[in-house]
Amino acid sequence: MKHKLHLDRVHLLAQLKQMLRIRRFEEKCAELYGQEKIRGFLHLYIGEEAIAVGVMSALSAKDNIVATYREHGHALARGLSMKSILAEMYGRTNGCSRGRGGSMHLFDKNHNFYGGNAIVGGGLPLAAGLAMANKNQDKQALTVCFFGEGAVAEGEFHEAMNLAVLWKLPVLFVCENNRYAMGTALALSESETNIAKKASSYGMAAEQVDGMNVVDVEAASIKAVEQIRQTNKPYFLECQSYRFRGHSSFDGQLYRDKAEVKLWQEKGPVIRLITWLKENNHLEDEELSNIEAEIKAEIQAAIDFAEQGQWEPISDLAKDVYSPPASSTNTSHATNKSQGEQL
Amino acid sequence: MSEQVLTYREALRAGIEQALLDDERVFLMGEDVGRYGGCYGVSKGLFERYGAKRIIDTPLCESGFVGVGVGAALGGMRPIIEVMTVNFSLLAMDQIVNSAATLRHMSGGQLNVPLVIRMACGAGLQLAAQHSHSWENFYAHIPGLKVLSPATHNDARHMLIQALADPDPVIIFEHVMLLNTSGEVLEQSEASMEKALIRQQGTDVSLITYGGSLGKALAAAKQLKDLNISAEVVDLRCLRPLDTKTIIASVTKTHRAIIIDEAWLTGSLAGEISAIIMEQAFWHLDAPVKRLCTAEVPIPYPSHLEQAALPQVEQIVTAAQAIMAAR
Repeated sequence: MKHKLHLDRVHLLAQLKQMLRIRRFEEKCAELYGQEKIRGFLHLYIGEEAIAVGVMSALSAKDNIVATYREHGHALARGLSMKSILAEMYGRTNGCSRGRGGSMHLFDKNHNFYGGNAIVGGGLPLAAGLAMANKNQDKQALTVCFFGEGAVAEGEFHEAMNLAVLWKLPVLFVCENNRYAMGTALALSESETNIAKKASSYGMAAEQVDGMNVVDVEAASIKAVEQIRQTNKPYFLECQSYRFRGHSSFDGQLYRDKAEVKLWQEKGPVIRLITWLKENNHLEDEELSNIEAEIKAEIQAAIDFAEQGQWEPISDLAKDVYSPPASSTNTSHATNKSQGEQL
Repeated sequence: MSEQVLTYREALRAGIEQALLDDERVFLMGEDVGRYGGCYGVSKGLFERYGAKRIIDTPLCESGFVGVGVGAALGGMRPIIEVMTVNFSLLAMDQIVNSAATLRHMSGGQLNVPLVIRMACGAGLQLAAQHSHSWENFYAHIPGLKVLSPATHNDARHMLIQALADPDPVIIFEHVMLLNTSGEVLEQSEASMEKALIRQQGTDVSLITYGGSLGKALAAAKQLKDLNISAEVVDLRCLRPLDTKTIIASVTKTHRAIIIDEAWLTGSLAGEISAIIMEQAFWHLDAPVKRLCTAEVPIPYPSHLEQAALPQVEQIVTAAQAIMAAR
């Protein structure tokens, strides 16, 4: 089934709302981090929202997602509830990973959302494997793998590129090129800074996209997804973007100029879409404030939900290290009890 | 067919073949497992019989294809991944340790990874310092993994099927010195994969071992019998989780324990087992626990040095005599 790009007002407002949900949610997360409600690492996606929103709108519910530790935006755009995401960041059992993973490890099987992988490059072979399973079982689903340009320097990137093309696996690789691998600029980490070119050297269809423009990302994704579904071959999108905040919660941003950040902020995906909509009389101030009010209420509901979440009892510490023993077979005797005895 | 005599290699192959026949989700993937027939010849002939979709030759990219195995398992397949040797598996350790072992717990129990990884291990073929090691303990250290060490032909034949029936990642170590040996194979496994088995009953000293050292322990037990020492030989079979109950029951009976482990002494499983005995059977001991492990050197190429590095039958016999003399 062909998925058409709808450039009508309703759709664009929906895309704006998705991006704003991510933006406002993460701004609140930063605040909650300051209040020590959220702990550990917190990697914000602010500035890059157009990529997740654009790509997700080209997918079907059957498709698989593999993302990184900077995945709040992907989870929201994929349809995981803001409540379950925030509760996860609070570490509560009503979180999408029962509070076990935190910000970096959002999982939701019902949305085919396979994390939340915090080893740079580690998700790429995994995505190729999911694609192989889809292909071999004729599931008519593809796998989307998001990763940063920092992953391109990893061996696993190249291994996965080679395998995906060699074995004709239905994967959409989405490189979110935000120009810094933590604090190391692209030119300091890549021999060839055109990442799409690097991917195409493996014989893969690859292109660069303006990752600050949600319409461009969606259009490119629709084209890519259609091609993957037709050919069962992988496709590579390099989305050129910029992260407005630091790498994580512990980043003094000594490696870049404030002027550079400002320059990118001015062409940010949210402000750009708002400006365009307003200039073309598609968005009234009142509509925007209504959207903002809806998002504010959603965030408040998520906070209430997270605050009410339970802590997992310590007695469940070792639960789910292994699967519960299957009652129907006597070949497996895995129990959490035996695990507990070892602890 | 009640029982038959097979080489260890043939037993492994028969296990893989049964798995392929039993379940169409099963496939074998690894470097040279197909057209070449497997680096150690284990999968010879399977490519011709089952085809390229189920016997998959991979490029040389351990992390890549083990990661594909993890993803395929998540996606509903039942992959058997062959990594040529434990030495090469270090290149895939990220996928095994950071992905396969963590996904279930980290996702709050939503996901599981029904993956089996087979790899060769052990010294004795003069393959020197990058192809000969026994690093079962690296993986036995990791919660979320199960680690098997089939030391007998029957276990070589049946443990794979047991591992595939398990919903979690299982690593199987196949000692290279066993491949050409012949032994009896029964119609089914003698026990669940996580159970240790007493291969030789005895009353004076427990020889606790696994994998390639089981034969040495049994040979030592035979010699010890002539010396009027009754040795009990415990084959651990599963290195994670350890069958602590069987270990403790044996030591409680014999009051003495020698652990024979082809890994290096420092940080070895032998040390772990010794600690378990100390914690749970200290008051039953008549002598300190003894560990016989590999000398702490990279395995050297010349045979005399390689053999000098490994635990040997004579050392086991001497250690047993010494432990009996200690009072």
